[in-house]
Amino acid sequence: MSARKYKERAIEGIFLSFALVSLVALFFIMLFLFQKGLPIFRVIGPLEFLFGKSWYPTYEPPEFGILPLIMGSLFITVGAILVAIPLGVTSAIYLAEIAHPWIREWVKPTIELLAGIPSVIYGFFGLIVLAPWIQDLFNLPTGLTALTASLLLGIMAAPTVISISEDALNSVPASYREASLALGATRWQTTIKVVLPAALSGISTACILGMARAIEETMAVLMVAGGATLIPTSFLQPVRPLTATIIAEMGEAIHGSPHFHALFAIGMVLFFITLGLNLLADFLTHRFKEAGSGTL
Amino acid sequence: MLRNNAWSKVRVTVSIIFLILLGFSPLGLGKGKTIAIRGSTTVLPIAQRLAERYHHLHPEVSISVSGGGSGVGIKALLDGMVDVANASRPMKTKEWKIAEKKGIKPHEQIIAKDGIAVVVHPTNPISELTMTQIKEIYAGRIDNWSHLGGPDHKIVVVSRESASGTYECFYKIVMKKEKVTPAAILQAANAGVLNTVAQTEGAIGYIGLGYISEKVKPLKINGCYPTPDAVRRGIYPISRPLFMYTRGEPKGAVADFINFVLSPEGQRIVQEEGFVPIRPTK
Amino acid sequence: MRELIAFWCVRMAIVIIVAALGIIIWFLGKNGLSILSWEFLTEPPREGMTEGGIFPPLVGTLYLILGTIICALPLGVLAAIYLTEYTRQGKVIRVIRLGINNLAGVPSVVFGLFGLAFFVIYLGFGVSILSGSLTLTFMILPTIIRASEEALLAVPQTFREASLALGATRWQTIYKVVLPQAFPGILTGSILGIGRAAGETAPIIFTAATFYTPHLPRSIFDPVMALPFHLYVLATEGTHLEKTLPIQYGTAIVLLGLVLGINLAAIVWRARLRRKKRW
Repeated sequence: MSARKYKERAIEGIFLSFALVSLVALFFIMLFLFQKGLPIFRVIGPLEFLFGKSWYPTYEPPEFGILPLIMGSLFITVGAILVAIPLGVTSAIYLAEIAHPWIREWVKPTIELLAGIPSVIYGFFGLIVLAPWIQDLFNLPTGLTALTASLLLGIMAAPTVISISEDALNSVPASYREASLALGATRWQTTIKVVLPAALSGISTACILGMARAIEETMAVLMVAGGATLIPTSFLQPVRPLTATIIAEMGEAIHGSPHFHALFAIGMVLFFITLGLNLLADFLTHRFKEAGSGTL
Repeated sequence: MLRNNAWSKVRVTVSIIFLILLGFSPLGLGKGKTIAIRGSTTVLPIAQRLAERYHHLHPEVSISVSGGGSGVGIKALLDGMVDVANASRPMKTKEWKIAEKKGIKPHEQIIAKDGIAVVVHPTNPISELTMTQIKEIYAGRIDNWSHLGGPDHKIVVVSRESASGTYECFYKIVMKKEKVTPAAILQAANAGVLNTVAQTEGAIGYIGLGYISEKVKPLKINGCYPTPDAVRRGIYPISRPLFMYTRGEPKGAVADFINFVLSPEGQRIVQEEGFVPIRPTK
Repeated sequence: MRELIAFWCVRMAIVIIVAALGIIIWFLGKNGLSILSWEFLTEPPREGMTEGGIFPPLVGTLYLILGTIICALPLGVLAAIYLTEYTRQGKVIRVIRLGINNLAGVPSVVFGLFGLAFFVIYLGFGVSILSGSLTLTFMILPTIIRASEEALLAVPQTFREASLALGATRWQTIYKVVLPQAFPGILTGSILGIGRAAGETAPIIFTAATFYTPHLPRSIFDPVMALPFHLYVLATEGTHLEKTLPIQYGTAIVLLGLVLGINLAAIVWRARLRRKKRW
């Protein structure tokens, strides 16, 4: 009997160790980002790094100010959010409150497919179709702008917003709707005045995760954002977000050089931004229990 | 529902999937003759064509070509990660010192010459600039074509990623190590510069000689067009040699490959890719 | 009246979303389908990548998928078993969950950096299939864990109770009762994760991908060409951007077909399972 018990214990232990892999992975990611990223602060102070206005990593002497890159990411993300949130939340309302079940059954997998398109394909599409179109539309010197990247990212982030918002709307108890309708409110009034407020925290979670999705996107923005390291003042300028900088330059940065460490330090910044957003989303979900678990 | 064959079904499925996947898998760990090439993106298209042809002649040799830039290639060579480093600049003193410390004597081989053409949109009436004018444009001090006798049109400066070899060459020869204006549109590759300039009225950019096409207009610099002949004779000002470095005198498959590069057939590929051969072609 | 307009606005949003998918597929299909042929899929690139096919990158991507499945599936499923079958409450589980959620949130480019620093440089695997697969494994691990958890939780509690009441141990219950029932669900969910891995570029650029190699890899320590990276370099770095345009479209449509095919298969299979299993 006790041998059997030991065996059970052992098996449980094995499972536990596998469950811990994610945690260990997260720890290792941090460890190696730090190990490769922190040495840059021997060359430049952290504040100078974050708020320095020029990014000239290969000049002599090099300059490693990432403010233009942070602003680039910020511009694109704000633009993407302005596209993704209205589009995503209204779509979620449609799916959860209005659509016929059979439409829902077809549209939901479609959205899942949209979320599954590789980002390099979005980038290719943006490069070949969207950028020339934007260039003509606004008569610009180049179609590779923050606006182009924002539009593309907006579509890319929308599925995240939709799926989590829809979960939130679905988890609003039916009794709320019934009560509202019984009081003589129309379906639209019920949706706007009752259901939406009740699902608000879930929808905020959706928006935050949509934002995280936009910030972390790499290939598409690398291909369409243009890449100028000037602090942007308009959406019609080319910009250089954090993620694109890492990909564009890591291939050409020599291992162990300050440039190499600076790129890892950018990775650290990205890691903490997304970690912060995820923790915030997590907090919102747990604080107000009505949100479901979005898996997209 | 809970029949015992539930698991056996799963097991069969899993085994089948696994076997199929295993059939695909590269389990062989044996290392045959290999040539790993990495480095300058300028040399990349030449190296790719050369590797393609070489593989055709010697299918038993495993060959792979990656970009990354001259510095990355040389670092990888010194670390023993690759066999051939492509470079669009000679090795720096610092790099020679590292090599010495590691007990490596890199062998330098010039394989071709490259000129950097300054190009503008085909509708631009300007056809000649001096080195100083180009420098002033890229530094951001001249920002309208009217200052140069052209139409009243804003100059759109297109430059390369600051880690590229082409950029480094331009930075040294034209900019004399002065910064390019941050307003410049940065492109990761020659082709990106070409397309941006081709689509943008008022744009100026610089590209390797091999990338010149009818979509853009190359400029005379100090009175000389960027032609292969002018580069070979050394009268076109913005030009440079292209290198392949090996660890020590090349041996075995690597030596064979370098010889192929310098052979008439190899040099013809160099020429076809738009660069200037240094040996006779077939 | 106002309500009607509002409802139509809401409908418009969903139309835009669905149209976006339609336009992308239509556009790539229109330009890319004509280049597809058996030769395109089975020949290496020729003439400086302006002709020939995409065999090496296609096979490279399949290898990366294979490597990722082999590593990620067991890891993910075993972790999910612990989370659903052994503990439901407590600090350990909350910490583990926090880890999984945040791992899911790590940007793909950061996975690429991690793979470069850890597998390529520190462990010395070099730029190789191995490094790339392991990097992708960590990236899709959270997806697989969540999918497996969902599938395990869908197995009714009464099944477990019945088994335990018959004197089976917890492990026997899991192995003989729960897992077989949950297995199809685990697979479909995991396939969605694999689809994501197949299309990712950022994590493999520095860990697995090479610009050109005419032959298939001979060991797991070889670098490979991969479809997403191939499309990226052709679209942005190629010498002959115009001449390779058909190949770019072809690569895009094959990649899209591969990824959407994987996803669609999982979605359809999942829908069938849901219809079939009503306990």
